[in-house]
Amino acid sequence: MRRLLAVLLLALATLPAFSVNPDEMLADPVLEGRARAISEHLRCLVCQNQSIDDSDAELARDLRVLVRERLTAGDSDEAAVQYIVDRYGEYVLLNPVVAPHTLVLWVTAPVVLLVGGIVVFIGLRRRRVLPKPPAALSAEEAAALEKLSSR
Amino acid sequence: MSIELGHFALILATAIAAVSAVLGFIFWKAGDRVAGFLQQGAVLQFLLVGAGFATLIQAFVASDFSLKLAAEHSHSDQPLLYKITSVWGNHEGSMVLWVMILVLMGAAVAAFGRSLPKDLLALVLATQSLLTTAFASFTLFTSNPFTRLTDPPFEGLDLNPVLQDIGLAIHPPLLYTGYVGFSICFSFAIAALISGRIDTAWARWVRPWTLFSWVFLTLGIAMGSYWAYYELGWGGWWFWDPVENASFMPWLAGTALLHSALVMEKRNALKIWTVFLSIITFSLSLLGTFLVRSGILTSVHTFASDPTRGLVILALLAVVIGGAFALFAFRAQSLRAGGLFAPVSREGALILNNLLLATATVAVLVGTLYPLLLDALTGRTISVGAPFFDLTFGAIMAPLLVILPFGPYLAWKRADFVSVVQRLAWVAGLALFATILFFALRGGAVSLAPFGLLLGFWVALGALAELQDRAKFFRTDLRTSFRRLFGLPRTAWATALAHFGLGVSVIGIVSASAWQAELVTTMQPGQSAEIAGYVVTFDKLEELAGPNYRSQAGSFSIAAPDGKTRIALPERRIYVASGTPTTEAAIETYGFSQLYMQLGEAEEGNGGQVVRLWYKPFVTLIWLGAVLMSGAGLISLTYRRLRVGAPRPAHKSVPAE
Repeated sequence: MRRLLAVLLLALATLPAFSVNPDEMLADPVLEGRARAISEHLRCLVCQNQSIDDSDAELARDLRVLVRERLTAGDSDEAAVQYIVDRYGEYVLLNPVVAPHTLVLWVTAPVVLLVGGIVVFIGLRRRRVLPKPPAALSAEEAAALEKLSSR
Repeated sequence: MSIELGHFALILATAIAAVSAVLGFIFWKAGDRVAGFLQQGAVLQFLLVGAGFATLIQAFVASDFSLKLAAEHSHSDQPLLYKITSVWGNHEGSMVLWVMILVLMGAAVAAFGRSLPKDLLALVLATQSLLTTAFASFTLFTSNPFTRLTDPPFEGLDLNPVLQDIGLAIHPPLLYTGYVGFSICFSFAIAALISGRIDTAWARWVRPWTLFSWVFLTLGIAMGSYWAYYELGWGGWWFWDPVENASFMPWLAGTALLHSALVMEKRNALKIWTVFLSIITFSLSLLGTFLVRSGILTSVHTFASDPTRGLVILALLAVVIGGAFALFAFRAQSLRAGGLFAPVSREGALILNNLLLATATVAVLVGTLYPLLLDALTGRTISVGAPFFDLTFGAIMAPLLVILPFGPYLAWKRADFVSVVQRLAWVAGLALFATILFFALRGGAVSLAPFGLLLGFWVALGALAELQDRAKFFRTDLRTSFRRLFGLPRTAWATALAHFGLGVSVIGIVSASAWQAELVTTMQPGQSAEIAGYVVTFDKLEELAGPNYRSQAGSFSIAAPDGKTRIALPERRIYVASGTPTTEAAIETYGFSQLYMQLGEAEEGNGGQVVRLWYKPFVTLIWLGAVLMSGAGLISLTYRRLRVGAPRPAHKSVPAE
């Protein structure tokens, strides 16, 4: 049975490929659904910013079949993705991992929002402050004023 | 011969631009005479570049393959339209189009800017001429479209088949007009920084240009999205492709600019920020040009990758953007802030709008550039794709959509938030009701989608409610209300329509993403398949011949739930000249929804065809919303034009109208 499948896969691999084909699909709809969801997050390595789910490249097809193989073999979603990443590298993930080297990527927008928010908040508070009422007269000024007004 | 004349015209335009820039920056204080010279210079630049462009078109139409560009990107069998669009369906030609729109903008300022203060006009035109000098020189020295072949081929190599579409006639000119239109805002910002004079009149001048560019950019992006949707063949309409992001960033920044310029015009506040945004927006346009033209990204938009071009554009980018920001850093202090207001006010809401839009721009910018930087610095390659952008961009947009309907309700200076909440409460209820109704009719898994839908309805209904509120419907008699409604200023209509359009787009996006149905199957002639209540029957496979391609078309009859039948013809094409295969999807529109069909590969021997079917509920709302937004911009623009006389210098008396 497995040999038959292998022969079948080899034969399929030589055909020109389109994105997800009926013959690749798994019979189990739950498993197929999981495979589709995973495929949407994996990059077709030879394409222009396409997921393997969208792409019609040979490589994308190979990856789709590989994902389905892993799922059929009983892998969890994470394990199947890890299997692909181990072989094709981090580049295959359309959603980058959160790790030290991607920290800047993930935190820049929140930091900008935070800093921007603080600046706006301070700015608005400052704008709201009305000119202070003049300070009370000092003793000398009061005396001078007294002197002037009594003249 | 005409090609050489065109070449010469472009060189001459570059020289005039250079002279204009130098004279303008040295003698801008002289006012009248130098401004007059620069005005004539700007018009001349436009005429000359236009003439150069016309000679290219002429050569393409005549299939003159002694022109290298035509030989490489055109073919005598192409229909006339594609012969013309082939001119800019390549790197060199698209740079000429870029420069032509740049000089068109300059000429427009020269023509419409008579009432501008002369020194400001001189500085604006000088900056514009400087940009023209830079980009025309780039075109001439690194990507000359006028090169001849000594040994011309008998036939051309054909335009990339994906680009042989009406989309190429519309998308680049619209997009470039939007991109390059922001150069005017940039030039105004530079002029304000140099002259140190910036006031509400300045904002009145800048806002129509911002609006104009924004309208075209919106249409250009929407058109590009629809083109990708029907051409690329898997029904996606936005891919967060770096090139798409490159056009989206100026749009986000431009949208922020549109709103901040409003605050500046009405309340004389946010001056420094508005100048900053003007510079940023055009810088992002330039960055987009760099990303697309340098070949740093590979995409359908990158016609040629040549590292020297990339370096030269990068240098241009550094000089223009760096120079502008240096000037900004030196001079921004001279611009005084004005206009006091409370945090809860129209100004406050618009500042929040700007904060969120700016953050969204940063999120897209970082997501686009970070993989490039990481690769350059450490050699590690990562991908930043749709899932990342959906998450970060969505997280920033959601609060923006929540606060959006409040904005137009808030009064300038100081607003009563509680009363606004009271007046909008029924809109929230109505939006909730609409969402529940939609959900009940469509069903589906509970996810984030209903919240997206709720936001869409909230924004769309909130915009309509604003008109209702201002016209006092239900609070006074109907006739008075209608009179009030049609008596509202056009800007009120424009605001409401633009926000309504945004809500409509959001509804379309959420609905088409969350409720789409998909079916991939193999069909023999005579077989049927059902999707979302539509029964699709594969009748036969036909062989068709186009002007420059051969095609296999599947003839499918679609029986809609209402009983009516239509014929759809998705195709597989082979373009003869290049041998490139493409697929042409068949799209049937039912109301606002669409049935999208793609013909996949043929099965060996048995006549079976792989067919991909998608049902996309309310998908057209995505682009309809964008069209509404652009329409709103145009409405506002017509209103502005009536008031063009307003920002005249105070010492001149304005004739009574």
